[in-house]
Amino acid sequence: MDSLKIICPNGHLGFAPLKPASFHIGVDAGPDYIAADSGSDDIGPTPLGNDTSCSPRDWQEHDLEVMLLASRKLGVPMIIGSAGDTGTNSRVDLFVGMIRAIAARHRLGPFRLGWFYSELDREVVRAKIRGGSPILGLDGRPELTEAQLDGTARIVAMAGVHPFRRLLEQGCDVIIGGRSSDSAIFAAAALHHGFPEAQAYYLGKVLECASFCAEPYGGKETVMGEITATHVDVTAMHPGQRCTVASVAGHAMYERSSPFSEYVLGGMLDMTNCHYSQLTERTARITGMRFEPARQLRVKLEGAGKVGERFVGIAGIRDPYTIANIDRVIEWAREQTRERFGPDGWSLHYSVYGRNGVMGDLDPMRHRPGHELCVVVQGIAPTREMAEEVAMTGTRQMFYARLPDVKGTAGGAAFPLDEVLPASPAFRWTLNHTMAVDDPMELFPVHTDRVG
Amino acid sequence: MNGTGEANSIRRLAELAKTIRSKNAGTDKITFDIIFRERETYEMVKRSGALTPERVCALYGIDPARLTDFVAFDPAFAIKFTFLRKEPSGSPGDGDIFGAQQYAPLLDVEVDIGA
Repeated sequence: MDSLKIICPNGHLGFAPLKPASFHIGVDAGPDYIAADSGSDDIGPTPLGNDTSCSPRDWQEHDLEVMLLASRKLGVPMIIGSAGDTGTNSRVDLFVGMIRAIAARHRLGPFRLGWFYSELDREVVRAKIRGGSPILGLDGRPELTEAQLDGTARIVAMAGVHPFRRLLEQGCDVIIGGRSSDSAIFAAAALHHGFPEAQAYYLGKVLECASFCAEPYGGKETVMGEITATHVDVTAMHPGQRCTVASVAGHAMYERSSPFSEYVLGGMLDMTNCHYSQLTERTARITGMRFEPARQLRVKLEGAGKVGERFVGIAGIRDPYTIANIDRVIEWAREQTRERFGPDGWSLHYSVYGRNGVMGDLDPMRHRPGHELCVVVQGIAPTREMAEEVAMTGTRQMFYARLPDVKGTAGGAAFPLDEVLPASPAFRWTLNHTMAVDDPMELFPVHTDRVG
Repeated sequence: MNGTGEANSIRRLAELAKTIRSKNAGTDKITFDIIFRERETYEMVKRSGALTPERVCALYGIDPARLTDFVAFDPAFAIKFTFLRKEPSGSPGDGDIFGAQQYAPLLDVEVDIGA
């Protein structure tokens, strides 16, 4: 074939529902594949650590249903990567179960369903460290230590194109991937049909966030990418959106530190010499991309470690004198918690909205607080009971802070609730590292089954 | 009239740029994009010296060692910089898990368009 067309209806499947109207315009345009990424590390470490989704189940199933029905109607493959936000094994199983249920409900089939896992046992990582293959840190992080590994609750490895390609070779019509590079989901399809790596990975790069590469701004609308041996064309499917040189080049920068390079398992997409041109009113054409194969295969690892159980309290402040002395109020509440629980084994985090709750130390305006403050207090401790009491102490003691010149001696804080609220446990990103592998498939077991 | 003749050539970045945004770049960094509609404005802001590695470090009060990238990206008429977070995104106490509201101080950066 001379060209291959893929439509992408959603940049983070499940996080918000796709918009069906532009999706169906895309389906009518006759794509060869329907694909979407469902993962993100933007959502913080808690879903990975806790093995949950941050997306509601109904929204995930909605998008899978719309996509599966179109895929089966057209008879073209459907590919999902990084199932259920995190791409852990439980999220892959969740999506595989949804596909089976949707197929049964609509009496679809028969078709071949394939899936692969990306979760990684800590002991595999430990064996690499002990075998003399260091786990190298990304973004300035030092090498991973065994102590950090021990403090990690769950790890996923970032798959490249390889498990997707393996499942396509096995004739799968529907593929649910564990954690994987966004661009690999789309690139795998293009490589499967013999298109060159540079164009294939660029196709994935430009499609992975759906309509974020179009203008005017509007998420969750479908875009279509068409690859040839020399270029990639990208077209907005929503009648009110266009893919322009500005919107596509602008998207090359989105949520990445450099607009010039994209690293995947097995190499790097080099966009330094990309040339963007306007093909039609709604289609941009990109040429000049390159792909540089990696000298050593290194898989990116993401890991989350548990910090503790967590409760949250809320306090308001209106007295200007108290606002000016809010740090002393907070220190009072911390001191009361120290007296109760000792110097460590717990933590309190205060976000002072109206001063610098959003930006913390980065805020140039942090010395000019507003006329009222909202203080969000997070109390963290090893058990839920203790976390509740830490949060309660850290919140309620703001009421009793002893400021020398305060006029209001009947209470130093306003409470919208007389309780603290349970929250998900607190986690921390413990792994943002890479690990050497001999075979790009070694961490990603594939499975297939016949449905219908 | 202000008498100096200079103040008239000062514009806020928010008046000049089409897009000013911030977002996570992975778990450990926040990246900032300032995108202009046309080449002339983009070139003029670059010339003005209002956005340099030194200026953005001073604006956010960060050690220059935390600034990992600072690039002018011609195809998009954009200036882009990235710095390391103090703690990874979503660590307890992080007020902006997505890094999406960290651009606000850039809106008021003063650009001398006469430069």
